[in-house]
Amino acid sequence: MNTEILGVIATYGLTLLLAWPLARYIVKVFRGDKVWSDFFLPLEKLFYKISGINPNEEMDWKQHMKALLTINLVWLVYAFFALLFQDKLPLNPDGNPGQTPDLAFNTAISFLVNCNLQHFSGETGVTYFTQLFVLAFLQFVSAATGIAALIVVFKAFKDKTVTHLGNFWEIFLKTITRILLPLSIVIAVILIFNGSPASFAGKDTVVTLQGDTQNVSRGPAAGFIAIKHLGTNGGGWFGANSAHPFENPNYIGFITEMVAQVVIPIAMVFALGMFIRRRKFANVIFAIMTIGMICLLIPTMQAEMAGNPAISHLGIQQLTGSMEGKEVRFGPAGTAYWSTVTTIISTGSICGFHDSMMPVTGLMQLLGMMLNCLYGGCGVGILNYYIYIIIAVFISGLMVGRTPEFMGHKLEAREVKIAALITLLSPFLILAGTALAAYVLVHHPGVDWAVKPGAWLNNPGYHGFSEMLYEMTSANANNGSGYEGLGDNNVFWNVSTGFVLIAGRYLPIIGPVAIAGIMAKKKYIPESAGTLRTDSVTFGVMTFAVIVILNALSYFPALALGPIAEYFSLYR
Amino acid sequence: MKKYLLPAIKLTIVLVILLGGIYPLLLAGIAKMAPGKGDGVTVTHNGRIVGYEQIGQKFTEDKYFWGRPSAVDYNAAGSGGSNKAPGNEDYLKIVQERIDTFLAHNPDVKKSEIPAELVTASASGLDPDLSPAAAYIQVARVAKARSLSPQKIKELIAANTKQPVLGMLGTATVNVLKLNVALDELK
Repeated sequence: MNTEILGVIATYGLTLLLAWPLARYIVKVFRGDKVWSDFFLPLEKLFYKISGINPNEEMDWKQHMKALLTINLVWLVYAFFALLFQDKLPLNPDGNPGQTPDLAFNTAISFLVNCNLQHFSGETGVTYFTQLFVLAFLQFVSAATGIAALIVVFKAFKDKTVTHLGNFWEIFLKTITRILLPLSIVIAVILIFNGSPASFAGKDTVVTLQGDTQNVSRGPAAGFIAIKHLGTNGGGWFGANSAHPFENPNYIGFITEMVAQVVIPIAMVFALGMFIRRRKFANVIFAIMTIGMICLLIPTMQAEMAGNPAISHLGIQQLTGSMEGKEVRFGPAGTAYWSTVTTIISTGSICGFHDSMMPVTGLMQLLGMMLNCLYGGCGVGILNYYIYIIIAVFISGLMVGRTPEFMGHKLEAREVKIAALITLLSPFLILAGTALAAYVLVHHPGVDWAVKPGAWLNNPGYHGFSEMLYEMTSANANNGSGYEGLGDNNVFWNVSTGFVLIAGRYLPIIGPVAIAGIMAKKKYIPESAGTLRTDSVTFGVMTFAVIVILNALSYFPALALGPIAEYFSLYR
Repeated sequence: MKKYLLPAIKLTIVLVILLGGIYPLLLAGIAKMAPGKGDGVTVTHNGRIVGYEQIGQKFTEDKYFWGRPSAVDYNAAGSGGSNKAPGNEDYLKIVQERIDTFLAHNPDVKKSEIPAELVTASASGLDPDLSPAAAYIQVARVAKARSLSPQKIKELIAANTKQPVLGMLGTATVNVLKLNVALDELK
């Protein structure tokens, strides 16, 4: 078999192999069992003491959400001002300027919500100080926020009737000290020994072999790259993200970063089954997510490896596949796999530019972000999937004429209303946002913004529409990848995606936590012959059908105007 | 909210120190043991640093192997791709120009033999590599410009080819800068 395809299969296999023991470890950490990393305990105790936190104080779901939102607000304010005044802060060897208010607003929010849309380029738009003390910091804590919210839901599932769901600060801090930080160090060290820079040296100037002058940006990138993947953040140290040869030096680097970005989301699914002792329930979820991924992956790999028909038309054989916006060391198959994974799990890092990929690939990328629940981002992927489960339980209940139940608790009007609102939120944000952008582009092309609407598309026609659709979808999914040709550093995109980011992050966290919290308080009903079994394959298929139907109804018209129309015009 | 504000601020401060300060410093320390000491690995020729092993550079002379086209002209302080859509007419004109240029400099090569990567821009604009096929296709030109036997240059490519991981995962690559340095050192 082709070594490129074999590389993809091996990378995925390695991920599964590592996800299982990681899941066992995660469960032990949050059950409070003894683990090797208990040597962090004194450090955690010190942090509690300094912060005035009592880690044994139990919280209900509302208190969890209050603590979560409060600390997120603190980070937002801190990040905004640090980015605004970064030129006056230390660690700026390249002399980069401060960000404009609208860009700082967008950047702060984007990293806060685990998205990492970057309307700037890493080499010139930020300083070493803001990269490390703001962006990398947010990459850690935003991932921990998502995981902590999911652990609260785990706790709500676990017991029969429960109000208290652990302490938010403790879950959050342990996520960092026990999971994200140790794993990040391992990943970073692998990258360092494969050639990623990690020192604080600034830009270098060399005279090339042929005699040209070349400036080379560097910096303490390795640690940033590690957490950007482990935390499913995705923001690049360099403008070209993980396509940059320093950021992703070779195929070992490729495997390392691919495993790093998807290992926690998969481990969290396994951990769900272990934590609540319903392995079969989690296995069915895992199977559905994996089938979903494969459905997106195969057309993507096929399209990229077949090459660009317009270039074939020029008389060039593309034996290795489409190469525009791709790197030789990854190849089209590897780049295609990366593009699927990065869009389904909300990382948004790239190793090849999505804007230059085939229309089928674009369609699959958009779908991956619209579903946003196939493994999904750190913690939030399962929360999104949970909403689909609630809808599926509700619809199944209607079909068989029974009061729907989930995990031994009745599912009632209030919970279904929350789930319905969360389901409707994504199409609303994506489609209204894209419509607004298209309206401004057509009717006010000359507005005096940093990038005029008439000039913000990098490609004409259907693909241009896809650029705008992609940006809004990426913002709503908190993904962070982009059709990077879009000129998005202006007040319109910075502000509009800023609000989409906030709504697309916090409501889909609060909603599922609220549903789980409300249901956990209800009286426990033991399973009987009349109970709808949610751990059966039939129910898995039902959930899959709900996901497909809801998203097809929501997005088909927009997709038809973008990648589908582009497909039919390219493959005439 | 008020009850949580003070703990949130204090916890943020200690975490900023741990994750923004101590973590990268620790890694910078570990990097001292790595090749390039965490500054990036450089390539030296005749006692002069001629570039970074991982950062591709521009080659336009016939006596050197050419790397991938770059959307940022190999500016390693502003990496990026073209972001051109596959069906964009302006983009296809640029590809056509690259084909014509390549054919003019490599008259022995037929159009259908040109590997796609030699007429399409890389993602980073700094791709340091070529596939072996894209290096071999340039042998005749380089051999002529240097008055060397093609066989000798082919051997050099083979010596500079990095095989897939474990011989079976990923792609085979040839580092263009190292290959060109090796060429210059042949004499």
